[in-house]
Amino acid sequence: MNPVLQSGEFPAAGKDQVGGKAWCLAQISELGISIPKTWCVPCAVYENYITQTRLRDRIFLEINRKPFEQMRWEEIWDIALRIRNQFLTTPLPLDIRKNLSDLIEAYCGEKPLAVRSSAPGEDGSAASFAGLHESFINISGVEDILKHIKLVWASLYSDAALLYRKELGLDIQTSRMAVVIQELIPSDRSGIFFGVNPSDAGESVLEAVYGLNQALVDGDIAPDRWHLSRSSGRIIRHESPVRDRCAVVVPGGVSFTELTADLVQTPPLNDREVRRIWETGKQLETLFGRPQDVEWTFLHDRLIILQSRPITSTGFTDTDEKRTWYLTLHRSYENLQVLHEKITRDLIPEMIAAADRLGSKPLADLSAEDLCREIEERQKIYDHWVSVYWADFIPFAHGIRLFGQVYNDAVTPEDPYEFMALLEKTGLKSMERNQLLENLADMIRSDAGLKTQLENDLAPGPDHPFSHLLDTFIAQFGDLSCTTGSGSECQYGELAVIRLLMEFARRPAAAGSGIPHQRDTAALKERYMASFPAHRREFAEDLLHLGRESYRLRDDDNIYLGRIETRLFEAVQEGQRRLGDPATAKKDRDMLARFPALSAAPAAPKQTDAPAADETAAQRWFRSRQIVGQPAGPGIATGTARLVKNPQDLLSFKQGEILVCQGVDPNMTFVIPLASAVVEERGGMLIHGAIIAREYGLPCITGAPHAMQLIQDGNRITVDGYLGIITSHTKGL
Amino acid sequence: MENNRKQTLEQISALFASQDLAVLSTQKNNQPYSSLVAFAASSDLAHLYFLTPTTTRKYDHLTANPPVSILVNDSRNQADDIYRAVSVTGTGVAAVVDKAKDKGALELFLKKHPHLKEFASAPTTAFIRIAIHRYYMVSRFQNVVELEITP
Repeated sequence: MNPVLQSGEFPAAGKDQVGGKAWCLAQISELGISIPKTWCVPCAVYENYITQTRLRDRIFLEINRKPFEQMRWEEIWDIALRIRNQFLTTPLPLDIRKNLSDLIEAYCGEKPLAVRSSAPGEDGSAASFAGLHESFINISGVEDILKHIKLVWASLYSDAALLYRKELGLDIQTSRMAVVIQELIPSDRSGIFFGVNPSDAGESVLEAVYGLNQALVDGDIAPDRWHLSRSSGRIIRHESPVRDRCAVVVPGGVSFTELTADLVQTPPLNDREVRRIWETGKQLETLFGRPQDVEWTFLHDRLIILQSRPITSTGFTDTDEKRTWYLTLHRSYENLQVLHEKITRDLIPEMIAAADRLGSKPLADLSAEDLCREIEERQKIYDHWVSVYWADFIPFAHGIRLFGQVYNDAVTPEDPYEFMALLEKTGLKSMERNQLLENLADMIRSDAGLKTQLENDLAPGPDHPFSHLLDTFIAQFGDLSCTTGSGSECQYGELAVIRLLMEFARRPAAAGSGIPHQRDTAALKERYMASFPAHRREFAEDLLHLGRESYRLRDDDNIYLGRIETRLFEAVQEGQRRLGDPATAKKDRDMLARFPALSAAPAAPKQTDAPAADETAAQRWFRSRQIVGQPAGPGIATGTARLVKNPQDLLSFKQGEILVCQGVDPNMTFVIPLASAVVEERGGMLIHGAIIAREYGLPCITGAPHAMQLIQDGNRITVDGYLGIITSHTKGL
Repeated sequence: MENNRKQTLEQISALFASQDLAVLSTQKNNQPYSSLVAFAASSDLAHLYFLTPTTTRKYDHLTANPPVSILVNDSRNQADDIYRAVSVTGTGVAAVVDKAKDKGALELFLKKHPHLKEFASAPTTAFIRIAIHRYYMVSRFQNVVELEITP
């Protein structure tokens, strides 16, 4: 079989070889409906490639590292990232390369093309895999096409595909991918036709934009929308958006351009064209036996069908809301830019202002009734910001992913996490906090009198520079213990910070930042920029900025949220204080006792309890020697494991210990400068512990299953952050 | 933790039941040596048994230097072995068993390997018992747990 098939050859090759998309296009073309000039790289080429290069075995290793059931979304993304990079860095064997190149050269020349996935089973009648595999547009030249063929193959193991692996029947031994190569149509207008409206079975829906439909698919441009009678095609209603931009082909990619004043006023389709698309949609429904989701485009009044697949509401009947939400985290560059502006210009200043406003209210002066009202108000404010956190901050953090993907595509580094070096040391708020802690520790180190005073629990006078700086610290970041758990944890106050500072001061001043990163980031950046053609460098620079902002805010937003949480705790704490104060009037105490936030039992600690540290006879007989997680910070360290089950545990953390926990809460990261390594049960490169550990150059392992059960508090362990292996030291063989 | 231990012992039992052969490692005069043996395990996993002619290097080694290790695994010589296969190493002390006296153990062994009955009865075949000190189970390439059987 030829490694590149022309559309006339698809039927003979069979659907198993050309995949669902190519197969459907061939059938559409046979019906006399226009499709772009289309070729296909059949599944056999994919199979040859992964077999000859032994890539199949490497993917197998990667996806079996841990059971999927034990993985979080972030870990699945990490796997997809690593697999994608393996495809990028594994060259095509010479024979495959030559055969593909010759035919691509002959068929496509230098024409701009779309390179799309066409998995067998995809776009078939049983399931629609919309959005799980990748497609690329405006690709030209043999080298670029070959690279994007590999990227489409890699998307067989995209994070979305891994998430839906059961529905897809994804299996490294049998799953295959064909690639469709299509001539790129420089569309005037394009859009999507839904044969049936998922929320109204009597309607069809037609969406249209000027230019390419890429922006419509990514949600960057709002389309004109027509609701049509499914049976007659009659227009029921037309919704007009604010039309201002359209996506157009530019050298090396797609860009947005302003619409002319005339087009801003004119819907992209007239009634006759709406009718024509509805009729074609009906034809396709008859051809494939069920309502279709059709991507169409107009070029000089010629209607061309780009693809057609059966409609399913979200691709699958999905009862797992979290999974659906996770898929929405794939954001386009445009979308992330808008989000960035919203977060930095509006949300963060609003959060800071909210925390300051609440902090300036003197709680002690409030009547019992006003205090209850205040707690309610603070709870409302806090809840509001938690919802903002999920709706805007978390999606924005995925800008790191977008940058990582673009970096890897452009640079094809051996280390798929090389891009992180360009994002690090960007002035995280928590680093600022830890620096203040260091400054306070320095004061203790250099002032023996102060040290003795503090050791004896004697606070220095209010005019002492140490007291000033400590007040500044507490005003800005709270007294740490308040932000590490529920309100009942707030009892430590200033003493908790001092205890921690004594521990900081025990270390020599210079050892604060662990092993600094050795990467030459200037050279990395140069390499990154150089991998883009001149006209794309501005985009590359902007994307790097976006990635850095995303990385920085990933931590900072939690710090700001922590400040608001602290204000809530303070109010609750004041209520609890008055409840326990015999001087409080009975009617006030009754009122406070009836108030739900104060009468409820104290919240359970965030971390679940691991088994007790005492060794029972049975425990002596069973030890976990090695645990495998995901390598999240390179380096190796040996030390005493300190299991942090409750926020209080952090306050007695000793220098050089290894922090072992379910997950580092962003507000807990203040102990990281004391730690020699970090182990987290939760997984993923984007989680806070991993980010901060990388900032300090500490070995870090995330996604270590059951680490809190398998590692015993006080045990000597070694953390290998290169391989992601934790080894417990046991005596003898 | 107790559950983990129980679960691991069950996994080891299942592995031992599924495999006929094990790799025995011995040492004498600073010279290590490995050999393949047909083995059987006692139900409590405290002892492993195998047969060997008395003329072999392994016999020479283990009688001179009884601490040994033994490895059982279920790899199939396929690429996926690296994650799928489970491997168990036992460490312990080997001793020659008097075949005439410890008939129960020999019966247990021959129940698993009935075709070795003749081999077992030869006067030059020794019946060896390893008293296991610890097991080390490796799964998914790098997950390792340790169990102490006898201190």
